[in-house]
Amino acid sequence: TLRLIYTTTAAWKKNVAASGPEKYTEAFIKKQIEEFNLGKRHLANMMGEDPETFTQEDIDRAIAYLFPSGLFDKRARPMMKHPTEIFPEQRKIQWGEDGRPFHFLFYTGKQSYYSLMHDTYEKLLNVQKHQDQLAAQDLPPQKEKKNLVGSRWLTKTELEEMLLEKLSDDDYSRFIQLLQKLVMMPCGNIEENYIKKFSREISAQLQKVVIEPLKYDEQGVAFSTGEGARKTSRATVTVYDNGTGKITVNGIDVLHYFPVLQDREQLLFPFQFLDRVGKHDMVCTVSGGGRSSQAGAIRLASAKALRSFVTEKEVESMRQAGLLTVDPRVKERKKPGQEGARRKFTWKKR
Amino acid sequence: GDGLLSEPLAHPDFFNVKELFSMKDLFNARVHLGHKKGCRHRFMEPYIFGCRLDQDIIDLDQTMDHLQLALNFTAHIAYRKGIILFISRNRQFCHLVESTARECGEYAHTRYWQGGLLTNAHIQFGSGVRLPDLIIFLSSLNNVFEPHVAIRDAAKMNIPTVGVVDTNCNPCLITYPIPGNDDSPSAMELYCKLFKMTIIRAKDYRKQREVFHKLQ
Repeated sequence: TLRLIYTTTAAWKKNVAASGPEKYTEAFIKKQIEEFNLGKRHLANMMGEDPETFTQEDIDRAIAYLFPSGLFDKRARPMMKHPTEIFPEQRKIQWGEDGRPFHFLFYTGKQSYYSLMHDTYEKLLNVQKHQDQLAAQDLPPQKEKKNLVGSRWLTKTELEEMLLEKLSDDDYSRFIQLLQKLVMMPCGNIEENYIKKFSREISAQLQKVVIEPLKYDEQGVAFSTGEGARKTSRATVTVYDNGTGKITVNGIDVLHYFPVLQDREQLLFPFQFLDRVGKHDMVCTVSGGGRSSQAGAIRLASAKALRSFVTEKEVESMRQAGLLTVDPRVKERKKPGQEGARRKFTWKKR
Repeated sequence: GDGLLSEPLAHPDFFNVKELFSMKDLFNARVHLGHKKGCRHRFMEPYIFGCRLDQDIIDLDQTMDHLQLALNFTAHIAYRKGIILFISRNRQFCHLVESTARECGEYAHTRYWQGGLLTNAHIQFGSGVRLPDLIIFLSSLNNVFEPHVAIRDAAKMNIPTVGVVDTNCNPCLITYPIPGNDDSPSAMELYCKLFKMTIIRAKDYRKQREVFHKLQ
């Protein structure tokens, strides 16, 4: 007799509802799980390993050893995985034995989404009733509004995961609009618990860049380090206090390393901006790139190092001057069918 | 078994739905108010009592008869454990209709109607779906003032319909039309209350009869 071990193509079929419930009954899946566990123990015995501590990675290695395959597509190769990974999670049948669906909005098609909308609208009506009661008692409405700055609403994918149902963009935007309306109302604070389920904190954006404090070397001279990059150059710089404006690059004096005036002007710019031209010494190491990009890298690194010497307002002014931003411009790749990144081949009329 | 299902069919008003409403209730709930003369549908003319200052007034005597027939029919369907689906595309009463359906233990659809819900159900829902045995329209037009697609689909799938038809609606394909206002909140609340009471009454009566038959 032919025994259905597992179905590979059926596992990736999208319309599971139409594929027929017989293949995926609970009893069937249980039997598959039992067979899988038994097969796992047999495999462990075959490989000479302990059946109790045989993990999925061991299974994968054993199968790759016992059934070597040269097929390119990994999904076409023999695999032995837990049935819950092979058979997609199917939505359990939505109706009971007598045929009556469990959920009262089943016949809409999107039952979880519409029931969510129904509940949210109910909260809205509650808030309105509360407002009317307060107005009837002539009390002023509460104006404590929930601070929306540090929080964001759920994204569409997160909501889909929550509801276990596909949503369209329109549906999602409607739901968010309803939530906004609920929050905007004066007495919206009553339903805070409900609203919290659909909002997430965003703390990452509020973290400020930490400016490192000054370090002191053996003679008691304050110094600080900075790193910078431009195109393919990488530079590390230490800026010392109580200096005379001497700059050393890779052990070589700046006049010898950068013969061109333009590069030395670039190095000078951060100090000129902060009016500290002759007050600091600088020792740099730079590698990669050409002369102009190395100069730009050292400029960025020295500006970052100087942040520790300077007040916050001056740091802000440096940032606005563009001294602290990494220049994102890199060499654009050449495309096929063109001579360069942008230049096309000569166009001939005939 | 047999007596359980055949006995209610012997009486014209087995569940005594007449006592649930009176002419006065209908009048107070403004069920008799229709739309303006220009919106009048040709097939609603038999149900209209008259026209006052351009506004159509629905004949409440006929409404009483139709309402009694419709409520009796829903009670029988609920007694025989049928699936009832409430449909209303009026945004004002969407929440009310859904809550009514939930409290009855029946089903509601007050949202955008996807094309193949009834006619393509086996593909949209799965192969063992049971379709509704009765569809109740609390407002038989959709948001663009056209007849709701479900009226035609229910007729295609041989599902009986009960519907509140206003003066601008087409009562043709509805098996038990109820001429009456579908726009006032008071009228809608009255209909919801009546349907809820009939369904709950029929279901309770069924439970009693089942217990009674089991004891016998």
